[in-house]
Amino acid sequence: MTIDGFVAIYIFMLAAFAGWVIIGRVPAILHTPLMSGSNFVHGIVVIGGLYALLNASTVLEQCIGFVAVLLGAGNAAGGYAVTDRMLAMFQTSGHQGAHATAHKTVAHRTKAKQPKKG
Amino acid sequence: MPTMLPSLVIDAVGIAVAFLLMFGLWRMSSPVTAPNGIKVAGVGMAAAVIASFLYLFDVSAAAKPHLPINIGLALVALAIGGGLSWWGGRKVAMTAMPQMVALYNGMGGGAAGAIAAMELFGSRAHGITQLGVTLLGALIGAVSLSGSLIAWAKLQGVLKKPLRIKGQQIINAVVMLFTLVAGLYIIFIEQSGSVPILPMQGLIWLFFGCAMLFGILMTLPIGGADMPVVISIYNAFTGLAVGLEGFVLQTPALMIAGMLVGAAGILLTLLMAKAMNRSVSNVLFTNFGDVAKQKQGAIKGSLKPTAAGDAGIAMRYASSVIVVPGYGLAAAQGQQKLYEFVKLLIAAGVKVRFAVHPVAGRMPGQMDVLLAEAGVPYDLIFQLEDINEDFSNTDIVLVIGANDVVNPSARTDKTSPIFGMPILNADKAKQVYVVKRGEGKGYAGIVNPLFYADNCNMVYGDAQAVMAMMIEAVRGLGLSAAA
Repeated sequence: MTIDGFVAIYIFMLAAFAGWVIIGRVPAILHTPLMSGSNFVHGIVVIGGLYALLNASTVLEQCIGFVAVLLGAGNAAGGYAVTDRMLAMFQTSGHQGAHATAHKTVAHRTKAKQPKKG
Repeated sequence: MPTMLPSLVIDAVGIAVAFLLMFGLWRMSSPVTAPNGIKVAGVGMAAAVIASFLYLFDVSAAAKPHLPINIGLALVALAIGGGLSWWGGRKVAMTAMPQMVALYNGMGGGAAGAIAAMELFGSRAHGITQLGVTLLGALIGAVSLSGSLIAWAKLQGVLKKPLRIKGQQIINAVVMLFTLVAGLYIIFIEQSGSVPILPMQGLIWLFFGCAMLFGILMTLPIGGADMPVVISIYNAFTGLAVGLEGFVLQTPALMIAGMLVGAAGILLTLLMAKAMNRSVSNVLFTNFGDVAKQKQGAIKGSLKPTAAGDAGIAMRYASSVIVVPGYGLAAAQGQQKLYEFVKLLIAAGVKVRFAVHPVAGRMPGQMDVLLAEAGVPYDLIFQLEDINEDFSNTDIVLVIGANDVVNPSARTDKTSPIFGMPILNADKAKQVYVVKRGEGKGYAGIVNPLFYADNCNMVYGDAQAVMAMMIEAVRGLGLSAAA
């Protein structure tokens, strides 16, 4: 499969449009996870690095290819780790209420037990 | 042909990956579906990395003898790069998120630049289009790498002050010009086959050196509060660089993912710039702080300090409170204590909401993440346009570690450097308390008339310590008051 200049422009145009539309929908509250999420997405560069490294034929190329994979893998893994961590923190009051009730129930139980002991 | 099957699998996985990454980002448009979105994208990424080892069935003849070493190098690089970053990303404090994202972003730019370097050193790119795209991707990637590293150093506090020298813009322009000339010269030599003035390798190194120098020079003068724009723009840069190198490597997944992020980053950059009422070029190419040293109109009123405890008790007896958090809250790591205090208020029947300015903090939406980390449910967090009308019928506004985003001179004072920037109308509330470390001005040295207003009192101190005192004061009222 070869992608010539014009096909590339079509792909770029459609991808750019998709990016614009997808991101335009994201509420401001999610801008940080979105940014680190899109940061993660361009970590796909690691597969380009792998391709280049596997095709390396000189020591210089091997060194640069190693750096490319190292950095690309860092981009992808780190981007995923922080995005996943941040998104797990967003909760609604309803959600929290459920948590709080759970805590309360536990508290009630412990309280209920205490008189028995006494 | 025996090599057909692996390349078919790679192509099929490529399509799946492009879909999963887009679908993942699409799921990120709501806090409810977002955690699932990143996982979907993660599956796509993992599949892509595993499938890319199928390239080893398809390597060039020259690389065949080196294959075992190359595979070993690839595995080691994946383990070290991925492992360290994963560990760092899991461990880093939420307040340090902006510099972490800057760092990962720089890595992506560096990877794109390195891929381009390999194409150039190996003379694999042929024709003006391929060479031009390779060099353009290399340029953008290298700028993104060095620029992101400077942004990281600034956010981490390694570089404390914006570095500004006279004639900086001219120096930057010269460096950029030099980079472009080096790039064009490389194309010319490759195309014409004539003998270069420097060895080809030297030329390529020079090209990368200049590009990285430009990234450094461009980022050094930019102040901390402009970081949301800078981080967004480098995110877009890395995306573009990845997309362009994807074309050079003929890998559609890279082209799609890269350009998707490029467009997304540009959109986000424009949103941030709009929230500051400045153009992107204004953020990047003018020394913002300098403008602020102009004379400002006389300020009426005086600063009225008050005790943290008194302010806390006043809020306890108010019926509605809006909290405006800013970077100072993050710097003091005060978000947990703040929410502890807010929970006391809510338990006492006070209606409490948070108002977040788009550029509060050091990256887009940083305050939202900090509040989420502290456990604040996101339905209590409101964005500027959703809450700005409500300030006028609110009893008390607690401004904590924020300054310029509540500066009313943005509305009224045409000489102010931030004139026209949309601000949170904190000054319209009945009473305002401002928690601040000291009497200093905001980052741009702009005087904030809100602090001098009749309805405003200052609470001096570290945000975390102040919140602790407020909690103590409200708790001190005892159960009778809490009922």
